[in-house]
Amino acid sequence: MAKQRYIQAINQVFLDEMARDKNIILFGEDVELAIFGDTREVYKTFGPDRVYNTPICEASLTGMAVGAAAAGRRVILHLMFGNFVYTGMDAIAHQMAKLRMMTGGQMNLPITVIAGYGGGRSLAAQHSDTPYPTLMNIGGINVATPATPADAKGLLTTAIRGNNPTFFLEASGRGGDSGEVPDGEYLVPFGKAAIHREGTDLTICAIGTMVRPALRAARELEEHGISAEVIDPRTLVPLDEEGIAASVRKTGRLVLVDESKDRCSAASHIAALMADKCFSSLKAPIKRVTVPNVSMPYSGVAETAIFPNPEKIVAAALSIAGELREVKA
Amino acid sequence: MERSLSDLPNVDERRRAEWLALYERMLLIRRAEERLGKEAQAGNLPGGVHLYIGQEASGVGVCSVLEDRDFITSTHRGHGHFLAKGGDLNAMFAELWGKRTGICRGMGGSMHVADVSKGILGANGIVGGGIAIAAGAGMGIKVAKETAVSVCLFGDGAANQGVLMESLNMSAVWSFPVIWVLENNGLSEFTVTERVTAGEFTDRARAVGMPAVTVDGNDVLAVQAAMAEAVARARAGGGPSFIETKTYRIHGHLEAEEAFLGGYTYRTQEEIDGWRTPDKDPILRFATRLLAEGGASRDDLDLIDERVKSQVEDAVTFALESEDADPELIFDITFSDQRP
Ligand SMILES: Cc1ncc(C[n+]2csc(CCOP(=O)(O)OP(=O)(O)O)c2C)c(N)n1
Ligand SMILES: [Mg+2]
Repeated sequence: MAKQRYIQAINQVFLDEMARDKNIILFGEDVELAIFGDTREVYKTFGPDRVYNTPICEASLTGMAVGAAAAGRRVILHLMFGNFVYTGMDAIAHQMAKLRMMTGGQMNLPITVIAGYGGGRSLAAQHSDTPYPTLMNIGGINVATPATPADAKGLLTTAIRGNNPTFFLEASGRGGDSGEVPDGEYLVPFGKAAIHREGTDLTICAIGTMVRPALRAARELEEHGISAEVIDPRTLVPLDEEGIAASVRKTGRLVLVDESKDRCSAASHIAALMADKCFSSLKAPIKRVTVPNVSMPYSGVAETAIFPNPEKIVAAALSIAGELREVKA
Repeated sequence: MERSLSDLPNVDERRRAEWLALYERMLLIRRAEERLGKEAQAGNLPGGVHLYIGQEASGVGVCSVLEDRDFITSTHRGHGHFLAKGGDLNAMFAELWGKRTGICRGMGGSMHVADVSKGILGANGIVGGGIAIAAGAGMGIKVAKETAVSVCLFGDGAANQGVLMESLNMSAVWSFPVIWVLENNGLSEFTVTERVTAGEFTDRARAVGMPAVTVDGNDVLAVQAAMAEAVARARAGGGPSFIETKTYRIHGHLEAEEAFLGGYTYRTQEEIDGWRTPDKDPILRFATRLLAEGGASRDDLDLIDERVKSQVEDAVTFALESEDADPELIFDITFSDQRP
């Protein structure tokens, strides 16, 4: 174990995996100097045969990822901001997600697409989206949303070694977060949630960037005498339905935290699944702390007003704490 | 009452007034952005800013032959375009400070300044985002049989988006009144565009049979002349044109880019300094010309500098004294007539 920053953990995986497997190629806009720092030294280390610093043309880049994978390469595509999933969407939705099935399973598409997502920093509407609900809905695409440096390392390694298209969505504002990262080879399996904090009264299921505010909220809830469990799905496709359900069955209460717009969010999807799977264990309605169905405004004041934060999570938890509050108060 | 330029009695006097107006607009952009740069470096602005410093002659030359009824689409580097097309400085600054008096009421910020009443369809956070919009505005004008024009301002980075070929083709085949203005500053973020580009951009326009020229983008009069010809052609029903203005971005891709570069560089200090010289910098260059051939005096230029500086000060004060954006507004304006 050693402390590493989130972005360093990602960077190290690129360097390690590309050294390990000469079949891996990496490309994307500005990957040479790396505006987020995550592909730094990759170009210098592996050279122009395996690393392409591309022009700005997402619609082609996503299609080229499919073609290069079909030609037998293992592909890493950096899309920079998560919003550029939309500019590259045609080949993502029509080719990457569908070719394997449509060709009767003839094609393996080992593609890892990395992009930074999320708001909260006044980057305005076109640079603040969470593209994962859209990706989850396409079918045929894995989605990882690592919240910690260790998970970034483990999930990215799994993504790169896997044989399916995977979107590895990095939390844009969290590059500097540091945490313990296991040394050497480290893989986190897809579809296995992580419990960041154990609790007995209430489950907070937080996605990606929302894990940190969820943990803060859990500490605050302790002061209200409420023991909150914080669980992080880590991958949204595949989703650890049983892992989340086990937590909900234990606590009987669920608050979902997701910085997506509420409509068809990961939160609303998980809420529906848990209502189905855990109906008899639930002691209160499932609550979602999400963003209203609007795009992110620029003004910090306006953005803060609609962005999830620990206070909103605590309020949602207290709203379903019911007799817990009275008993424990 | 201000006299209109055409009332001025003789050619020299008229030219002097026209040139001084160009100079003043360029200087306004420069001083406004120098201030924004400082404020951004000091962490006083909510989001990042991409400055147009060094490229002023391009936007000012282009917009100098446009009217309010003409449209422009702009880019993430859009402050200069906004001001060149007649956008209000106070409203722009208030926007950048996230205030409700901002031109977009604090909802858009630096990358989205727009004033539809002035034909400014918006800066854009999506590289190449304005391209098809400009083609569509040209279509809209053509359908209504109007004589306005639609001008697409875009960068060399954006020029590699596939949408450009698609939109060039449609504007040409249907003779839309669109002027494609490629502001080629040689850089797309930290990438030297030449390294990722085959052939000449102007040849892409020529491939669809469109007249295309390359001009010195740091010479405001050269840009203006090319633009005047293209606009006249478009207004007369002659269809689209393509103008490449060669220029250079003196500031970073965004302010405080060093924080993103982590010690790495993509250009040398000598290269940057080479574009700040009196014969390269668009403003210094035009000042020399104004003094030599435009009948302007040093006093004229100093007076303009004073005026511009106080406008910038006033705009900062206006922004700082304005009230923060109203979060509730988001729910009122997302749709025209329903809650989101
Ligand atoms: C669709 C899209 N891809 C990538 C980006 C990230 N990005 C912002 S500006 C930029 C470079 C743009 O270069 P250019 O068009 O030449 O404009 P300049 O910055 O030189 O004014 C890039 C890659 C973006 N904003 N939108
Ligand atoms: Mg450029």
